[in-house]
Amino acid sequence: MNKTSKKKVNTDMGELMRRGSVPLMFILICAVCIPLSGLSPNMLVNEIVTRMGRNAFLILSLLIPIMAGMGLNFGMTLGAMAGEIGLILVSDWQIVGIPGMVLAMIISVPISVLLGFFCGKILNMAKGREMITSYIISYFINGIYQLVVLYLMGSVIPIRHTSIKLPRGYGIRNTVSLLNMRQMLDNLIPLRITLPGVGEVKIPVMTFIVIAVLCFFIVWFRRTKLGQDMRAVGQDLGVSRDSGINVERTRILSIIISTVLAGFGMIIYLQNMGNIATYSSHSQIGMFCIAALLVGGASVDKASIGNVFLGVVLFHLMFIVAPRAGAAITGDSMIGEYFRVFVSYAVITVALVMYETNKRRAKSRESERLREAQMEEEG
Amino acid sequence: MSNEKGPLLEMRNIRKDFFGNQVLTDINLTLHEGEVIGLVGENGAGKSTLMRILFGADMIRETGGYGGEIRMDGQVVHFNSPFDAIAAGIGMVHQEFSLIPGFTTTENILLNREPKKRTVLSEIFGERLDTLNRTEMDERAANAIEMMGVSIDRNMIISDMPVGHKQFTEIARELSKEQLKLLILDEPTAVLTEKEAEALLASIRGMAERGIAVIFITHRLQEILSVCDRVVVMRDGYVVNESKAEETDVYEITRWMVGRDVKLTEAEDEGRSFENANTILKVEKLWVDMPGETVRNVNLEVKEGEILGIGGLAGQGKLGIPNGIMGLYHSGGRVIFEGNEIPLNSPRKCLDSSFAFVSEDRRHVGLLLDESLEWNIAFPAMQIHDEFLKKYLGGLVKWRDEKAIKEVTDKYIEELAIKCTSSKQKAKELSGGNQQKVCLAKAFALKPRLLFVSEPTRGIDVGAKALVLDALKKFNRENGITIVIISSELEELRQSCDRIAMVSGGRIAGILPASSTLEELGALMLSQVI
Repeated sequence: MNKTSKKKVNTDMGELMRRGSVPLMFILICAVCIPLSGLSPNMLVNEIVTRMGRNAFLILSLLIPIMAGMGLNFGMTLGAMAGEIGLILVSDWQIVGIPGMVLAMIISVPISVLLGFFCGKILNMAKGREMITSYIISYFINGIYQLVVLYLMGSVIPIRHTSIKLPRGYGIRNTVSLLNMRQMLDNLIPLRITLPGVGEVKIPVMTFIVIAVLCFFIVWFRRTKLGQDMRAVGQDLGVSRDSGINVERTRILSIIISTVLAGFGMIIYLQNMGNIATYSSHSQIGMFCIAALLVGGASVDKASIGNVFLGVVLFHLMFIVAPRAGAAITGDSMIGEYFRVFVSYAVITVALVMYETNKRRAKSRESERLREAQMEEEG
Repeated sequence: MSNEKGPLLEMRNIRKDFFGNQVLTDINLTLHEGEVIGLVGENGAGKSTLMRILFGADMIRETGGYGGEIRMDGQVVHFNSPFDAIAAGIGMVHQEFSLIPGFTTTENILLNREPKKRTVLSEIFGERLDTLNRTEMDERAANAIEMMGVSIDRNMIISDMPVGHKQFTEIARELSKEQLKLLILDEPTAVLTEKEAEALLASIRGMAERGIAVIFITHRLQEILSVCDRVVVMRDGYVVNESKAEETDVYEITRWMVGRDVKLTEAEDEGRSFENANTILKVEKLWVDMPGETVRNVNLEVKEGEILGIGGLAGQGKLGIPNGIMGLYHSGGRVIFEGNEIPLNSPRKCLDSSFAFVSEDRRHVGLLLDESLEWNIAFPAMQIHDEFLKKYLGGLVKWRDEKAIKEVTDKYIEELAIKCTSSKQKAKELSGGNQQKVCLAKAFALKPRLLFVSEPTRGIDVGAKALVLDALKKFNRENGITIVIISSELEELRQSCDRIAMVSGGRIAGILPASSTLEELGALMLSQVI
C-alpha cells in the first residue's frame, strides 16, 4: 500500500514536471536575458503591464475551443480580421474614442459570427484535424479579407476619407491611424502607482476591468449547460452524441464564441497600438497568442486562465529582453528579433509533439499496469 | 410476478437478417414488471442483435429494419432511435463504457440531463446558458447510487476509478432516469471483481423489487442461476430453450448453448499423437495489451508438426495470443522457438524466425487491397527472404523476377482454387472467401516453420470454409508445418486440430484432445470467464 502511494506521488511529480517544463524553460531564458539586456526594472514592469492589457483578451479567446476539444484555434485570425474591418469603417466614419471602439465591436460581431460559423462547419468535417484545418482556413479567409479591403472598400463599400484610402481611389492604405482612439480604453481611468524598487507604473485600469469581466464570463460559462456540454464533447464525441448532446452544434458554437471574442480582443489590441497595419496586423497574431498560451503551460487539450496570464508575462518578457540581450552579446539586434520568431514556432512545435507523446505514454501505462498485475499475481 | 397487469414487454416473432443472412428467427420473449431474465448464448447467437432491436439502434434501421413486433404495456412500439427507447423507459448498459473520462461520477450520471437554473443571459440567449444546479445534481446522483445499493464516490473523476466503479456509474445513470421500467445489462459483471459482482447481483434483486424488469446478459452461468427468474438460451438466432432458473443447472444450460446436433459432426480422430514430438514453440508468462482481447499470464507449448487449436469466447483473449507473439500489440513474457528466445514487440524478428501469421483482420492487416494477387502473394517473401528477386551488380541492384512471381501465384491460385480473372486482378475485387485464400497463399509462400492462422473462416461461406480448412490440413500434412489455428468455432477446431487449448479470462483454461465432446470444451470455455 505504502509502495503504491509513493509511486503515485512520483508520477504526480513527473506529471507536474512535464506540464511545467515549458514555463520553466522560459523562466530560465528570461533570467539569463534580463541582466544582459540592461533594461531597468521600471521599464520592464511598465512594458509587461502594457502588453498584458494589450494581449490578454486575445489569448483568453482561445480557451473555449480548447475546452470543446478542438485544440488551439488558429482560426482566431478570422475574428481579428472582423475586428479590423470594424475599426477601418469606424475610423472612416470619424467616430472617435470609446464610442468608436464600441461601434467597431458591434460591427465586428456579425462578421465574426458568420466567419466562425463557416469555420466551425468546416472543422466539423475535419474532426481530429482541427488545428491544421483552422490554420489553413485562416490563410483562405485572409485572401477574402484582402479582396474586400484592397478592392471592394472604396469601390463598393463607401469610404470617404482619403487619409485611409489608397491614392488610386479604392482600397485601404497599408497603415490606418487610430490616433483618436489610441489608448483611450487604457487611459479611461488613469492610475499610476509607485512600487518600491521599481518606480512609477502606469496601469490601464479599464482594460484590466474588461479582461477581468471576460475571465468571470469564462468561469461562469464553464458552469452553464453549454459549457458542460462543451467539456463533454471535448472529452468524448461518441459518448456525448449518445447522451443526446448536439455535438456538431456545440462545436460550432465554441468556434463562434472564440471568433467573436478574438474580434473584441483585436480591437483592444489595436487601440493600444494606435494604428492598424491593414495587411499584416492579423497575420501573425494567432501564432503569437497561441505561443504565449503554450508558454504559460497550457497544452492542446488543457488550458486555464492562469496559463494565459503566466504566458503573457513570460512570453512578452522574452520578447522585450531577447533583442536587447542579443544585441548586447553579438552587437546585432537582429539576432534577438530572429530569436523570438524562431522561439514562437519552436514552442508550438514542442507543444504539439508533447501532446502526441503524452497520448502514447498514456497507452503504454495501460500495458505497464497489466504487467504489474501479473507480477503481483505471481507474488 | 403478478400477471394482472399483463406483460411489460412482449417481443413477438422477431426476425432479422443482414443482407440475406438470417441472424434471428422467430424470437418470442415476454417480460413482466419486476422480473429478471437471463439471456445466454455463444458469441454470434444473436443476443446483441436482439437487444439492439429492442433498444432502437441506428444500425438495425440502416440494415433494413426487423420483422415481427414489440409491445410495451400492450401497445405496439417502434423505436427509431435509442432516444425513443429511453423515452419509453428502456435503459441499457453496454459492454463498452460510455462515460466522459474527465467528469465526476455525478456529472456522468446526469450527463445531458442536468438540472438547471435560469440566469439573465439564458433569458436572452436560450436555455443552454442556464447554469447547472450543482446541489440538485448531487442529490439526484446520490439517490440513484442509493437505489443501486452499491456505494461509490460521487465526486471521483471517472479516469481515476477502478473499472468496477465505472460499471456501477453506468448503472446508476440508468437508474437515475425516472421513467426507467426495463434495464438491459450486457455482460455487466465481465469487468467486476467477485465482490463487486456479488454487490451487483444484490442490487439487481433490489431493482426487481422496485418493479424494474431486468434483462441480464452474461457468460457467467452461476450468476444467472442465482439472480434470474428465468433463463433464455439462444443459439444460431433461435431461442432454443426457456426455463425457470430453479429448474435447471449450469451443465444443462451449457449443453443448450453449444450442443447443436452433436452426433452428426463427430470429430474425425486420426489419433495423431505428438506427446513425444519436439516442442517447437514455448510461451511463458505471456501478457498482451490488445484492447478487448487482453491476455494474462499464458503458458503454452506447441509440438512440432501438430495443429493446435485455440478457442474461446470473443473478448477472452484468444486473439491476443498470436497478435502479441507476432508483435502487433504490446506484450511481455518469454517466447522460445526451437530453443532460441524470440524478442517480443518486433514483427520483423518473428518473420525472420520463420513464423507466419494470417491475421483475423484481412482487410487491414492481411492484404494490400489495391494491389494484384501476384503482389499480395509474393510481397512478404520478397521482403523477408529476398525471394523472387534477380540480383545484379553483386546484389546492389535487385529487380523483381516477374516470371517467378507469376508462376508461384498461378500455382497457389490452382491449389487453393482462388476464383479470380487472372493473377493480375486486384485483391479488393475478390470475395471474402477468396481473399482469405490469398492470405493463406501469402503465408504459405513464406515457407514458414510455424503458422498462426487467426479466425480463418470468419465471414466466409460454408464451401469456402471447408476449402480453407482442408488447405491448412494439407499444408500441415505434406510439408510438416506446425499450425496454430485460433477460432471461435469449436466445431471447426474439433475437425481440423489435434489438440485444442481453451482460453478463458485471458488465460489458458485447459488443453483437450480434439476428440473431446463439445460439452467438455464448452465447460472449459466458460470456466474463468471475466
